[in-house]
Amino acid sequence: MTATPPTPALETRQLTKVYGEGNTRVVAMQDVTVRVERGEVVALLGPSGSGKSTFLTAVGLINPPTSGSVWIGGELVQEGPRALTDLRAFRRRHMGFVFQKSNLIPFLKARENVQIALELGSLGSREARKRALQLLDDLGVGERSEHYPTELSGGQQQRVAVARAIANQPELILADEPTAALDSNRGRQVMELFREIARQRGSAAIVVTHDHRALDVFDRIYEMEDGVIREGQDDLHTRAKPDPPPAT
Amino acid sequence: MNLALRDVRHNLGRFVLTCLGIGMLLMIVMGMGGIYRGIIEDATLLVDRVDADVWVVQRGTRGPFAEVSRVPPSLQHRVAAVPGVVSSRDFVFHTIQREREGKPLRIAVVGLSWPEDRGDWLPLVEGRPLAQNHYELVADRSLGLPLGEEIQLGRERYRVVGVTTGMLASGGDGIAFATVRDAQAIQLELSGEAVRLEREARRTRARRGQLPLVQPALAERAGSPSASIPALPSQALTAVLASVEPGREEEVLETVSRWSDVTGYTTTGQRDLLLMGNVAKVRAQIGLFRALLTVIATIIMALILYTLTLDKLHDIALLKLIGAPNRVILALILQQALLIGAVGFGVALALGSWLFPRFPRRVILTEPDLVQLAAIVVAISVLASLLGIWKALRVSPNEAVG
Repeated sequence: MTATPPTPALETRQLTKVYGEGNTRVVAMQDVTVRVERGEVVALLGPSGSGKSTFLTAVGLINPPTSGSVWIGGELVQEGPRALTDLRAFRRRHMGFVFQKSNLIPFLKARENVQIALELGSLGSREARKRALQLLDDLGVGERSEHYPTELSGGQQQRVAVARAIANQPELILADEPTAALDSNRGRQVMELFREIARQRGSAAIVVTHDHRALDVFDRIYEMEDGVIREGQDDLHTRAKPDPPPAT
Repeated sequence: MNLALRDVRHNLGRFVLTCLGIGMLLMIVMGMGGIYRGIIEDATLLVDRVDADVWVVQRGTRGPFAEVSRVPPSLQHRVAAVPGVVSSRDFVFHTIQREREGKPLRIAVVGLSWPEDRGDWLPLVEGRPLAQNHYELVADRSLGLPLGEEIQLGRERYRVVGVTTGMLASGGDGIAFATVRDAQAIQLELSGEAVRLEREARRTRARRGQLPLVQPALAERAGSPSASIPALPSQALTAVLASVEPGREEEVLETVSRWSDVTGYTTTGQRDLLLMGNVAKVRAQIGLFRALLTVIATIIMALILYTLTLDKLHDIALLKLIGAPNRVILALILQQALLIGAVGFGVALALGSWLFPRFPRRVILTEPDLVQLAAIVVAISVLASLLGIWKALRVSPNEAVG
């Protein structure tokens, strides 16, 4: 008797996205097939216009592909442009998003930005508040919980965004250049945070990044070019080096 | 978590200014309704307060308020003799315009049938009703004539012995109450030169006519005071008011209708004459203007809410991205619209209550009107938020990513 292999956090099969028709036809993503296991942190590299964001929005169930399928947690949720479930509710329960800019709701305080995600995930207000404060504490921004996003530094904002993304213990975290607005040390901290969360919670994270200095944090690297994806080099741990400590 | 309240909390200044603007707009809508109500109230106030069951006026006229009416003083006795009439009294009403302290002063003069009617029914806030047959006035506060003030009207000076409040004629002019004789004197008193000219004209007519040839005394008296000429009628009244035994109004009107020189109206008939005649066009105009303002308020509110929604499009896209269902987004916009409407209504009520009493004409805010306006505000808020909701529901979560 053989054990059933665990279902991957994300699996895509031949995802293709085509914009326009005729002379204006652009293939943004072609036959992208990937598999990301639970607990795995994957980097997605590639130049601007290579199709990274198209891929991320397709697996984030925001921008439907022209063809191909998306499986999340073993469930087929998107088949070509056809959604097979209530995508918004699915995102709420199974996915977390982090962006280049923190994308916090400006009229909500840090705690409320996390709390709203928890309340949308059907948690009562009091419990959601408690959990939000706990998450912010875990991420080292507990003391800033009653501040508006504009009153937080870039790093603090990004931590709040991460707290919001992981609040409902999603199976998949999608991050689009989450460290672009941060200095290298802060950037590295955020990347390590993703890895830690993925390990602890058994979720997977796909991180679009241009930051080659923290590639050693990732388990695998995918590279995209002209809409085509391929698994990256296996020497990433030797290629990526943390910044040297500042000279004194 | 109530997102609408949190957005308001974060953008309190903008919210306050928006509510202030909407509130002032609603105050104008409210004011228009109040002016409309005030016109109706002013138009029918005297009819309602004077406590008469039947109004007897000049035949074929819709007097004494809708048009001029003149009836002889002897009519009072005729009316008193009609079966069913408890009492009858003279009534004089006319409007004069004089100058006081360099400003025009319009007074609606009402003559009270002395000594039966001394104005005991008037809503006095100062002083007393009339206590003598001549030279006393009870004036409405809106005329600005303080208690004890003496005012020259015609050839005589009249002292203000009482001050009423809210006694206005249908044109919005304050009412001054005098005895019927004084009211007639104020209306018909001529200057010395006018009297001399009138007498000379009478002499001329007497010389030309045939009557003085058979009645020489008439020619001799042509140049004398009017009172000494028996052929000339005494000063006319505007109407005769009758108090009737309960349930016998129709019977009295039936009797009066057989007289060829006068027409009778019930109090309800007088009210209808005023509302359908005097103030009908003003009512219609203000009613239309109010409706127009309501539409404008809806459009302005819709634009404000639409702009507020546009400001939040990115946040709404983000909410959708993290899985917020449409009802959360709908509630954000709708609750904010209702909040703006409710606070705006409160601002309108507070500002209006302070401002309207300072208006030259009465602005009456009645409870049913306020409830109706509150319902309209709720409808406006919902209607106005539809545009914003429509926009919000079309936003793609993709916009939060870009």
